[in-house]
Amino acid sequence: MKLQLTFTKKQGREPVIAKVILATGALINVEKAYIESLCGEVLIDVQDSDAEKVCSKFRELGVDYKKLVDSVIRDENECVECGACISICPQEVFYFDDDWNLHLHTEKCVLCGKCTISCPQRALKVRA
Amino acid sequence: MTKTIEEINEKILNGSARVVTAEEMPSIVAELGEEGALKEVDVVTTGTFGAMCSSGAFFNFGHADPPIRMERAWINDVEMYAGLAAVDAYLGATQESVTRGINYGGAHVIEDLISGKTVEIRAQAKGTDCYPRKSIENELLLEDFNQAIMCNPRNSYQRYAAATNSTDRTIHTYMGALLPGCGNVSYSGAGCLSPLINDPKLKCTGSGVPIFLGGAQGMIVGPGTQNSPGTLFATIMTTGNLKEMSTDFVRAAAMTGYGVTLYLGLGVPIPVTDIDVVRNTAVRDEDIKTNIVDYGVPSRNRPVLAQVSYADLKSGAVEINGEEVRTSALSSFKKAREVAAELKSWVESGKLTVNLPTRKSDPTIVVKPMRESKRPPTIREIMTSNVVSINETEDIKSAAKKLLNAQTNHLPVVNAAGGVVGIVTTYDISKAVVKENQDGKVSEIMSKNVVTTTPDEVVDIAVMKLERNKISALPIVDANGHLVGLLNAVDLGKLVGKRWTK
Repeated sequence: MKLQLTFTKKQGREPVIAKVILATGALINVEKAYIESLCGEVLIDVQDSDAEKVCSKFRELGVDYKKLVDSVIRDENECVECGACISICPQEVFYFDDDWNLHLHTEKCVLCGKCTISCPQRALKVRA
Repeated sequence: MTKTIEEINEKILNGSARVVTAEEMPSIVAELGEEGALKEVDVVTTGTFGAMCSSGAFFNFGHADPPIRMERAWINDVEMYAGLAAVDAYLGATQESVTRGINYGGAHVIEDLISGKTVEIRAQAKGTDCYPRKSIENELLLEDFNQAIMCNPRNSYQRYAAATNSTDRTIHTYMGALLPGCGNVSYSGAGCLSPLINDPKLKCTGSGVPIFLGGAQGMIVGPGTQNSPGTLFATIMTTGNLKEMSTDFVRAAAMTGYGVTLYLGLGVPIPVTDIDVVRNTAVRDEDIKTNIVDYGVPSRNRPVLAQVSYADLKSGAVEINGEEVRTSALSSFKKAREVAAELKSWVESGKLTVNLPTRKSDPTIVVKPMRESKRPPTIREIMTSNVVSINETEDIKSAAKKLLNAQTNHLPVVNAAGGVVGIVTTYDISKAVVKENQDGKVSEIMSKNVVTTTPDEVVDIAVMKLERNKISALPIVDANGHLVGLLNAVDLGKLVGKRWTK
């Protein structure tokens, strides 16, 4: 499961993620980080079975988090199922079934946005 | 055994024709043998759905009162070619809007018209005795046009080279985004379903042959532009009534960093008249080879990095130099199947009969590159070879002196062998002074990631390097990587007022 964490400037100076790892023993994979002058956002991936305790620890430390679902959205009216997105995506979100229907593992998305500019039909959007 | 077109059409009209898609044909031939398949199958339908940039439509808007002879004309701010007569114009699919650029173009106008949207027509003229009006602005629907005839100079490439990119940055091409370090392969074409791959001798795909075009019944005009059947890159020119088309098979698209294009569904029915047709339509993806070329090289002759089949490309990954690289298509195989299936249902229901081309196409023609009477300017013509450089082991103060003496801002750094290993600018020196590091070595402060050019490089390519890297000079190196000059903005200024402004 992917969690999007929002830090204040003060929290950003604390090793919050390290604290959560030590407290929970969960394996946390940091997939993306934005650092702005007043706040920061970090995208992490945790095993589903650890999600509950990781979330509660972040809550305890005062870090805002949201569970990322439907992070990439496909407009089925625009999509022609060419699959141009497949080889562009670093996370292998997109794939064909045996009948060349395009499917998405949206849970793998790290919001990089490469697919949105690569889609000839402009059928893909990622959540900001 | 052979079958005539009349026999096949009789079966189509009485509903007894056996119609299969080109994807189904190989297993039928494997099961029944060639003779058996010839007896069994009457028509093979093909299909493709992909980017066909060389597309567009002729329009006739009807005469206004007082009438105008349009000299320049736009639909939704996309300019048409109006050098025809009075109220005729041709809209090219790739023409971009003067207001919205790549986000809206001729292809979008075509899709909007088909989907029933109102479009805004604008035109200008000088005004004549017979056509007094000088301008017009009007809102129209597709049904208001007298004619809207899609006419595409180059459609349905037999096959297409696949693309990859060996450079260290993502490039944006008409083959889509290509990731650095051969990070992906992009390909186009429907492989075994592709119309022209099923008819390499062009016996069945030529002038007057009825086709599926954008959901309507269209027609092949004849061989397309850039037609090269001799190298298995044949094309056809096609036409059809835009008013009968469907947005299921006509879609505007935009390739980031490239421009607007039109995705089009196109299928050709192939009458199975003899054994040759059976053999040709039994083609499988494994049999269709194409090259993976390096689009990172900005030249017409792009290097070939691997040869693969469409079966390899469709498998999702191919091997380049021992590395597995993921592939993806720009064209939709699912939609290509829909085209072939729809065309099959038209023939089965007797809605469409078949015929052979009214004129023979030459299957040996090979496309030529442009004969260039003038060479584009190269670096050699504008370069100065009295370049000042510095050895990597010298100190920063010497670099500062050299820059001052030579009155330049860029100092290429060379090693003992004369190879370029870096570049030092006045900015780097200033930084070193501020950091109080002026006693250090040049190699400590130089930029090691040097972008270079060569004497034979075309100026446009060197300019692109400057722009892309946001730099203002390029060391010029020979084939051995030895410094032979330096190109800077002053040299480029020499071109202004010369060749470029002629």
